[in-house]
Amino acid sequence: MSLLRRSWQRCCAFFRKKGLDADIEAEIAAHLELATEENRLRGLSEVEARRLALVSMGGIEQAKDLHREARGLMKLDIVLQDVKYTLRTLGRDPGFTIVAVLILALGIGANVAVFSVVNTLLLRPLPFPDANQLVWIAPPPTKCGLSCATYSTDAYDTFRARTHSFQDVTGYFAFSGTDNLSLNLGAQPIPATSIDVIANFFQVLGVQPAMGRAFTAADGLNGAAPVVLLTDAWWRTQFGADPAIVGKSFDMNGKQTTVIGVLPKSFDFGGVFSPGVKVDAITPLNLYGPPRDEGNIITMIGRLNPGVRLAQAVGDAQAASTVMCWNLKYPESCHDYKGNVVPVPLKDYIGGRLRRSLVVLWCAVGAILLIACVNLSNLMLARAAARGKEFAMRSALGASRARIVGQLLTESFILSGAGALLGLGLASILVAWLAHQGALALPLLSTLHLDAAALGWTVLIAVFAAVVFGLVPGLRIAGGNLQEALKDSGPGSGQGRKHERIRSVLVVTEVALSCMLLVGAGLLMRSFLKVLDVDLGFQPDRAAAVKVDTDFNSAPPQLQAQQLKSSLQQILSRVSALPGVEATGMVDYLPLGQNRAWGTPIPKGKTRADYKGVAGPLVYVVTAGYLRAMGTALRGRDFTWDDGITNDQVVVINESMAHFYWPNQNAVGQVLTNGSQDLHVIGVAQDVHEESVDGAEGWQIYYPMTQQRPNGLELVVRSQLDPGQLAGSVMNVLRELNPKQSAAEFRPIKSLVSHAVSPRRFFVLLVGSFAGLGLLLAALGIYGVISYSVTRRTQEIGIRMALGASAGRVQRQVLTGTLRLALAGAVLGAAASLAVAKLIASLLFATSPWDLATYAAMALTLFAVAAFSGYIPARRASRINPMVALRAD
Amino acid sequence: MTKIDLLQGTLDLMVLQTLSAMGSMHGYGLARRIEQVSGNEVLLNQGTIYASLVRLEQRGWIGSSWGISGNNRRAKFYSITHVGRQQMAEGARYWERLTGVMDKVLSMGKEPGGEEGVA
Repeated sequence: MSLLRRSWQRCCAFFRKKGLDADIEAEIAAHLELATEENRLRGLSEVEARRLALVSMGGIEQAKDLHREARGLMKLDIVLQDVKYTLRTLGRDPGFTIVAVLILALGIGANVAVFSVVNTLLLRPLPFPDANQLVWIAPPPTKCGLSCATYSTDAYDTFRARTHSFQDVTGYFAFSGTDNLSLNLGAQPIPATSIDVIANFFQVLGVQPAMGRAFTAADGLNGAAPVVLLTDAWWRTQFGADPAIVGKSFDMNGKQTTVIGVLPKSFDFGGVFSPGVKVDAITPLNLYGPPRDEGNIITMIGRLNPGVRLAQAVGDAQAASTVMCWNLKYPESCHDYKGNVVPVPLKDYIGGRLRRSLVVLWCAVGAILLIACVNLSNLMLARAAARGKEFAMRSALGASRARIVGQLLTESFILSGAGALLGLGLASILVAWLAHQGALALPLLSTLHLDAAALGWTVLIAVFAAVVFGLVPGLRIAGGNLQEALKDSGPGSGQGRKHERIRSVLVVTEVALSCMLLVGAGLLMRSFLKVLDVDLGFQPDRAAAVKVDTDFNSAPPQLQAQQLKSSLQQILSRVSALPGVEATGMVDYLPLGQNRAWGTPIPKGKTRADYKGVAGPLVYVVTAGYLRAMGTALRGRDFTWDDGITNDQVVVINESMAHFYWPNQNAVGQVLTNGSQDLHVIGVAQDVHEESVDGAEGWQIYYPMTQQRPNGLELVVRSQLDPGQLAGSVMNVLRELNPKQSAAEFRPIKSLVSHAVSPRRFFVLLVGSFAGLGLLLAALGIYGVISYSVTRRTQEIGIRMALGASAGRVQRQVLTGTLRLALAGAVLGAAASLAVAKLIASLLFATSPWDLATYAAMALTLFAVAAFSGYIPARRASRINPMVALRAD
Repeated sequence: MTKIDLLQGTLDLMVLQTLSAMGSMHGYGLARRIEQVSGNEVLLNQGTIYASLVRLEQRGWIGSSWGISGNNRRAKFYSITHVGRQQMAEGARYWERLTGVMDKVLSMGKEPGGEEGVA
């Protein structure tokens, strides 16, 4: 009780210092007067009475200090005093303060921003309730694309029935392309992207619609009324955030579709499952309609039962895989999935591929922070050296070492606090910018924000930085010899030299760290350039694609082929006739996007046993002219409009496939079989990078649209004109031929490539800017040290010049000193890079982690920058006027 | 003989006891009184009494107000509170126990038949 009261009183006293101080002053004055009077009454003289009173009083200042200590919060008083003093000294040196705070802000800001990215992608659970129960169920990666990463509806049903580790299993249709939904509000149809999901999708993920209801099983049955769930973004942009939208129906893809709900803002399908794609609407997948026989179309996502470990689920899935059939109608397909059903945590599936890149990024910013700290240490040392006498004086006047170190630490804490605040500002700008990079193919970007964890991280690294850069100079100063410091007034004496040595070591460290960053960035940059240089198997320049809407699906099957052929011919001939158009063609899937496979055709006359383990080729259904429009080279002949359904089935295969099946023969003219049908190879096309720019090419097979039904239509136009100039006239043709053609985007093929390489570009950009930042800081460090040493040696240089040293010689000498530091740093840094380069080997493309050219280029860059930052002080040194220098100080 | 250094906390108790016995007093008076009672045996820097006074006041054991001293000077007068009296009694009991123990320990071996003899 009394303790509480006392603490409270002490706090009050802390804030009423002035009044209380006046009080004690008055009290002590009264005390002295009373004592003096009593002494005088005892017969002493006035002077002696007062003297004795003072003696028995003891030290007045000590008494006041004791009183203050007893009454208030002395420790806090000291801290406040230090803070006040620090603010004053920092204010007196705005140049230093601004540079220090900026350096720290850059270092801390970069760290916090990267931490937010890492936190979002790797550390934080996915934005679903109990997200750790969610698993992605897929086969191990193969070459045959999406078709080998998905399951048939029969397989899904069996899996769901045969496993016990899962609360439920859901999935979505993996083959929907962008702009696959056409919203007809009267005028021109509006293109949008929708995804078909199994009806229990939102229950499994644990997502509640913000308005209305989620799908029910009935929505996914034959004959169910068409319904749709809108994403928050589409509801806002397209429907003006209509609060009464639920229950309204719209013409979507020609069907009156009822909006049954709006999804919450936090739900971002693209962000989680297909980075870089904006999904507008979610529709229910009818498992029991046509998809039943379409083969592998579903990706599976499961929610584990509470308490079930992943290993159990893996075993469970393994067991189920032995009885899952590709299609129940074909019993021989019942072993297709054996060993190919593996649950992995959904989080690993989404962020796993980026783990290595993110770790590298994290290391890079860590290095930046270290460089910033070393730089600050250096600046603080320089300042401390200049203030050495001040500290020695304080020490001589009775300040304890702890007090002096405390003072220096206060300074570093204040600097790093200011740096952290500014850094947090920078980070929030960077993070906000990143969160709106919708086209960047990185998952979960839209959920990126600075959260409490990021704030905690900021505090942590700010404290770390403050201790690291404050403690070294603090200990040096406090540990220094007092007498020596007081004596160390002249240039060239011991203490100053020692300071310089430490500073040189710091600079070498800094240069080494930035050398490592530079080498890493250089290797990534070189890889990126190599990636951009990859022969994709098609020419992205001057080609563009647009999604074509047709209503051929509604025609009866026997009419479809004929109808499709004539409408395709019509479109292609009209578009080809446009001025500037060089080639046109249609395809159902563009490269670097979605894809599918239809099993593995083998040469006629061989058995499947001859080709065990061969992954099927990706299938593209194209029109005549498509390969030319894409710029893919072709041997043999292209398809013609006369390759009809009544003729032989013809195909074009790619070089890899041709070479594998007929290593020493011309594949053109050979015959493949898919078990039920002969496929006549009429041409061999160049290998195309279908799945990724930096991955290996797989196999491709092309079928003519006149013989096989396409899954969609992409019109590819190659022209001499800029795609933007062509867009209008092509769209006019399409709209003329089909009034229901939606205003689909005219996409340059280049943008497909750039989307595919966007994560790599992103990392190169980030690591590159960090390396640049590191280099800048290192340059500042070098400049600081050399400049300081020139200042310190002004007199020495003056004497030497007076004795006949030429300006050039002085300049050379300073530059040599600089380059010696740079060399030491670069050698250390390069050695360290060699040691750690292996860590980023998996991120490189066609570049050795020990790529000589990169190392040499980086070393040269480093030297050039070092030479430049040494040149400025060197020049100053050579301009020293001996007379002025000798007279100074 | 050199004067006795005051033990930690003893000054507080002396102040309380003095106030309790003498009623309201100012700082100088208190210091003098303690010196006189101790027969000038304690080494008391009179200034230290003010730290003790503020400590006791913050605990609520004494109260203070400005007033006029006997020889017409303005001074701060302290007086013990009810809680202070209780605390003083407690402190005195503790002190007596401590001195009792110290007495016993220090008289060890001086009496005939003490432990020393047995050993």
